[in-house]
Amino acid sequence: MRRLILAAVLAALGNAPGWAAQPSGPDTLLNVSYDIARELYADIDKAYTAKHQAETGQTVTVKQSHDGSSKQARAILEGLQADVVTFNQVTDVQVLHDKGSLIPADWQKRLPNNSSPYYSLPAFLVRAGNPKHIKDWSDLARDDVQVIFPNPKTSGNSRYTFLAALAFAKEKFPDDQAKQTDFLKKIFANVPVFDTGGRGATTTFVQRGIGDVLITFEAECYGTRDQFGKDQYEVVVPPMSLLAEFPVTVVDKVVDQRGSRALAEDYLKFLYTPEGQEILAKRYNRVVDEGVKAKYASQFPEVRLVRVEDVFGGWDKANKEEFGDGGLLDQVFVKH
Amino acid sequence: MIALAILGSALFLGLPLAIVFTEALRTGVGAWASSIIEPETLHAVWLTVLTALVCVPVNIVFGVAVAWLISRFSFPGRKLLITLVEVPFSVSPVVAGVSYLFLYGAQGLLGPWLSAHNIQIMFAPPAIFLVSLFVTAPFVARELLSLMQTQSGNEEEAALSLGASGWQMFFHVTLPNMRWALFYGAVLCNARVMGEFGSVSVVSGAIRGQTNTLPLQIEQLFNDYNVVGAFSASTVLALIAMVTLVLKYVLEIRGAGASRGRH
Repeated sequence: MRRLILAAVLAALGNAPGWAAQPSGPDTLLNVSYDIARELYADIDKAYTAKHQAETGQTVTVKQSHDGSSKQARAILEGLQADVVTFNQVTDVQVLHDKGSLIPADWQKRLPNNSSPYYSLPAFLVRAGNPKHIKDWSDLARDDVQVIFPNPKTSGNSRYTFLAALAFAKEKFPDDQAKQTDFLKKIFANVPVFDTGGRGATTTFVQRGIGDVLITFEAECYGTRDQFGKDQYEVVVPPMSLLAEFPVTVVDKVVDQRGSRALAEDYLKFLYTPEGQEILAKRYNRVVDEGVKAKYASQFPEVRLVRVEDVFGGWDKANKEEFGDGGLLDQVFVKH
Repeated sequence: MIALAILGSALFLGLPLAIVFTEALRTGVGAWASSIIEPETLHAVWLTVLTALVCVPVNIVFGVAVAWLISRFSFPGRKLLITLVEVPFSVSPVVAGVSYLFLYGAQGLLGPWLSAHNIQIMFAPPAIFLVSLFVTAPFVARELLSLMQTQSGNEEEAALSLGASGWQMFFHVTLPNMRWALFYGAVLCNARVMGEFGSVSVVSGAIRGQTNTLPLQIEQLFNDYNVVGAFSASTVLALIAMVTLVLKYVLEIRGAGASRGRH
């Protein structure tokens, strides 16, 4: 009996990968990504592996992990062996340098366009026919509108929403901080439930049927509309919104240890190729390649985008002043 | 009262289970089967079974040793040990996951040493085994303790005084006396290992087809809007649970028969 148990345990352990981090030949990559990018990277990985196979004859596998991007960054700092990260917020990549020295300080300069192969913006998803006539940020503060977005404390997606609304308030009430704060307070008072991640908020809005408007990335708005029926939902792109960059980088410490740098860099470069950009655009992400941009121009309405750098003096400052302890978020995010 | 109990069970136990199967089979047996043999789901099934294969035996050995120690010997700190064994019952699994992260994570206590020696524990199967072991540690021990504390050590002392060696006594007297409690504890432990979500979610890294156990895979499929896939994977868990229950029932009947035969 004792020997049997021992043998079973040993056999099981022997089969389990992971006790020793064997350099499992660079034919696999782990892409650690944000929550709502599941469908997108399923497409990207399929196209990339096919292309890589055709060009080099080598069969590679890209593994995916999706969750809230701040939680993912934390996991990488604690040792999750990510070859590349594809996030929805600069801060969550920057932390890999600041807290773990896993990437160099100048990581944003290594790939074109601040290492962001695509971008998006907070937009509105409303119920069919837009019964509450929600057109712009000011409508979100109305008494008769219920708003859904995730908790800005845990969701990068939601921090964009917060900053976009604040940028709008700064334009509408210049130099009147009390009115700006009041505007945000009104929006937050209209939110019945704060989910932890973007996909959770979408589920609340769509499957639980709560709220009049969901605020999330434009790409998620359109994707949800396509998934659940164009006769059920409409996407509203407000006249003004905030540029949301989607930064990517190889995780130097991991790729150097695994010997997967060449493959990881090739994978990220694929995102900038016309083929990669077309997949991104098909999933309603705004892209930088001129040809692809022109081809999909009709699905992206005109919008004036402001940058975190211009309105808030950069992510560092915004994180401290708006999201830090006692910052603006804490003032408007009162329990109700 | 009886009607209320039956209604309650149907509403809270039967209905959700029925929903799992109807949702999974909504688009046909073919769709159900193909969502299960989906490589990532299949891998999750394998990893879940592997975790149980690692955790249940370790728990049995640990449980027997602890129960033996506590019920047959008296020593300073015995009460403390009893409390310690039960700690995982009162600690939320998420807390267990996080504390393992602080211990074995790259920025944790042992992290630098582990990574210097190229040992990957977090975000790999070993982490899943470890937190599952923590969470299920009391199951076997608890079952055995409540049995062994009611049994005296008389039979064992008799065996020893008749010249049996320690191991002979264990295999011929102690083990037969405790086997049904042992089995029951193992079944409970197995069920908990396979269903554990919170602690595993913290340390797994959720790499699809690599570190996703079935419960994690089910949540991910659900959030992918893949309802059929999620419910199909759930049926696997539910089926495993039902097989375990039937097994337990059969063995309980046989166990009752066996102990009657002895007296």
